[in-house]
Amino acid sequence: MSEQLVPTPGQTIGPFYGYALPYEGGEHLVDRSDPRAVRLHGTVYDGHGEPIPDSMLEIWQADADGTVSQEPGSLLRDGYTFTGFGRVAVDNAGHYDFTTVNPGASEAGKAPFIAMTVFARGLLNRLFTRIYLPEDGEALARDPLLASLPEGRRETLIAEREPDGSLRFDLRLQGDGETVFLSYPNHRPGDPA
Amino acid sequence: MAGPVVSSDAAADSQAKISADIEEISRDYAASGAVETQPRIDYAPYRSSILRHPTKDLHHADPETIELWAPAFGQRDVHALESDLTIQGGGEPIGERMTVRGRVLDGDGRPVRHQLVEIWQANAAGRYIHKRDQHPAPIDPNFTGVGRCLTGADGSYSFTTIKPGPYPWKNHHNAWRPAHIHFSLFGTDFTQRMITQMYFPGDPLFDLDPIYQAIVDPQARERLVATYDHDTSAHEWSLGYVWDIVLTGSHRTPTEEDTDV
Repeated sequence: MSEQLVPTPGQTIGPFYGYALPYEGGEHLVDRSDPRAVRLHGTVYDGHGEPIPDSMLEIWQADADGTVSQEPGSLLRDGYTFTGFGRVAVDNAGHYDFTTVNPGASEAGKAPFIAMTVFARGLLNRLFTRIYLPEDGEALARDPLLASLPEGRRETLIAEREPDGSLRFDLRLQGDGETVFLSYPNHRPGDPA
Repeated sequence: MAGPVVSSDAAADSQAKISADIEEISRDYAASGAVETQPRIDYAPYRSSILRHPTKDLHHADPETIELWAPAFGQRDVHALESDLTIQGGGEPIGERMTVRGRVLDGDGRPVRHQLVEIWQANAAGRYIHKRDQHPAPIDPNFTGVGRCLTGADGSYSFTTIKPGPYPWKNHHNAWRPAHIHFSLFGTDFTQRMITQMYFPGDPLFDLDPIYQAIVDPQARERLVATYDHDTSAHEWSLGYVWDIVLTGSHRTPTEEDTDV
């Protein structure tokens, strides 16, 4: 057994990341003209239900057939390669848009989801969550994470399919309908985030 | 829920009030006997955190499929020159030239290889290139404050830049951030993703700053302070700082095959 090192603490992204982190094409995992293209969008809200205008979101997901990409090129997209990673800063109304594909199940029978990290001014450490697709009711019912959540909180992780095929996923950092945020076993127990 | 909430830009409170709140939380933490290694996300002295932290506990998840992998970045994404923040303009930026270097490790001490590191910072006068930063300090036409690199096979990174200045903000009256460089990091699985800030040794603003103090454990927050390293300093050229970063342990570790001997 190797000795565990203590992880470096996180800090807030602050307000001034705009020139540094978002990049051209960051929100387009595929081109809008791709026949598989799906819009994933929503709004980030604070504890008073007000939109947060200075938040940055990242998604990381499998391809439509469930393949996890290990191809580089997320920062300088070639327009052909699916890298699975996207980054976007919300607009002045707290709204974000990604263009992506519906992730496929990476293992048979598992409910596919998109992994998401949330950063914001005022948020002292990043938050993790999952965005599940709403369609496969049986797989959702079997999903161990969803099953471990109380009724009423489960649906905060399931995107809504809009009539035009878009996925709608709002984030509520606090208060009514607060989104479920996740910790993983490698995050130290007892730590607040 | 919380009572009346003061706008985070109101700068209504004094430093004395903020410092007293910091001190009280610090005393309670010391008395609790607990050991925390990460910042509190509910930390009222940082006013804009009040409405922006979840009030429910983070929910335990066993990482699955996509979470056990991280995006891959390569030479396509990052040019080698992007690690030098002093050559992005038509001339030399003003300020104290320096090198910041270190290694990115996972919680088991393994190097995080060929992974993306992004930084951003204020210029020597404490000014960011950002429309929201309007405080009366000069913009440096030769300095964007933005850099990137990929770690080496040993997890090492290195940036050439200038030392950022402290700058005022509106958390409370006469609030100043200690000088810092923002770091954005990826590991080998997505659950290791983090953003943090690196500080400089001996900064007189540490005790006054609610963002730094939101890491209530004194040893933990010192992990964000770089070390001055004279061997990294270069004769008649630049000063050197070393700062190593430890991500949370990977879940996708050398597994059964390694131990099953």
